[in-house]
Amino acid sequence: MEKKLFYGTGLPYLSTKSLPGKLIVIEGPDCSGRSTQIALLKEWLEVKGNAVLDTGLKRSTLVGNVIMEAKKGNILGKTTLSLLYCTDFADQLENKLIPALAAGYIVLADRYIYTLMARDMVRGASKTWLKNLFGFALVPDLIFYLDVDPETLLHRAFSKYGQLDYWESGMDIHLSGDTLESFKKYHELLKMEYEEMTREYGFIVVNGEDGVDKLQMVIRNIINIFLEGK
Amino acid sequence: MKKVRGLGLGKSYSGKLFVVEGCDGSGKSTQLYLLKRWLEAKGYVVFFTEWNSSVLVKDSTSKAKKKNLLTPTTFSLIHASDFADRYEKLILPHLRAGYIVLCDRYKYTAYARDFARGCDPEWVKNVYEFAVKPTVTFYFQAPLEVSISRILLGRPQLKYHEAGMDMGWSNDPIESFKIFQGKIKNNYDAMIEEEGFTVIDAVGSIEDQQVIVRKIVGEKLARYKAPYIPITG
Repeated sequence: MEKKLFYGTGLPYLSTKSLPGKLIVIEGPDCSGRSTQIALLKEWLEVKGNAVLDTGLKRSTLVGNVIMEAKKGNILGKTTLSLLYCTDFADQLENKLIPALAAGYIVLADRYIYTLMARDMVRGASKTWLKNLFGFALVPDLIFYLDVDPETLLHRAFSKYGQLDYWESGMDIHLSGDTLESFKKYHELLKMEYEEMTREYGFIVVNGEDGVDKLQMVIRNIINIFLEGK
Repeated sequence: MKKVRGLGLGKSYSGKLFVVEGCDGSGKSTQLYLLKRWLEAKGYVVFFTEWNSSVLVKDSTSKAKKKNLLTPTTFSLIHASDFADRYEKLILPHLRAGYIVLCDRYKYTAYARDFARGCDPEWVKNVYEFAVKPTVTFYFQAPLEVSISRILLGRPQLKYHEAGMDMGWSNDPIESFKIFQGKIKNNYDAMIEEEGFTVIDAVGSIEDQQVIVRKIVGEKLARYKAPYIPITG
């Protein structure tokens, strides 16, 4: 059976109907170890002879600055923030991912629509609205989800940043006035959303508590099997 | 009280929302301005807002347009972000507080333009699902030649996106603008029934049009109670 190109309505004006590249997504919360894994995968794939593009959320030039500015002052409504993140995602999808996939690259995406959806659903967004909103997103070939216990994330956040970030602790949704408490509750809620999506979108769940090397081997094996199967 | 849908939150509003829609050059802004003057003279507190004016998004919108790196989807989403910002901060709070809100262009402008640029209509409608249906949406309908000649008369230089040059329909800005406006008009016409537009013949005199607009708005305000405004100073 031919794999579906898009999740929903797609991009009706797109002339490219086949994308020979491969889209591999690494999902998971902040401090789950995504970027480390992606850096190692990139090196491995390039040595193997594959052309690789690594890209992540919030790296586009289009509205990235607006998001940054607005978050500083916490002045954005929830729907506005959703749409800005979606704009940013669409910009990267159309201007980076699709051209790379059309050219036969392996694209390693550091997070994809699932993180955006999880964050918004925790903030009360309608799931149907979000699914339709991201209906222009390409269906990835592989989606890895780095599963990490919120308690572990907490300690990683401390050792990485020295303090807890307002947004990554979900302080904007007033789960608790206490940042530490809020962080735990927020990440429990996010984890529930990711788990809910696991079945629906076919995440490959990998244990993000494993050491870097072990985790890398697990992911490489799965990618290898996938690439050889093609 | 009408139900409000926004990110899963059920809220209702007691204000009134009047919207003008139509092609560039249809005269809708003039009509809305006259309506505003009339309502204010009657003592109502009126909140006015227009398309593409959110302070937050404005900068990046114009930057992106200059660089010409927008696709139909990002073009649509960046305008939706701009609208959502005004909607969440200004439009909805005023409606919930019971005020009269006047909008020069609303989500239907996005529908008409985004459909013309080739976005999926159902997708666009979903994007704007958070925005409530107005009390009345006036659609100022004019023959294409009329609105185009009004615009070209006042503006010798058409902007790149305004003329739809990004779509590659024609290398001539004026020709491209005509094609674009034609598509937009067709999209508006097709929405009349589904979205329940009140159609105003935009070829009539300004005065005649305003009489009709005021009559319709007046009827909608027959049982409207303005929120209490404390008198100061």
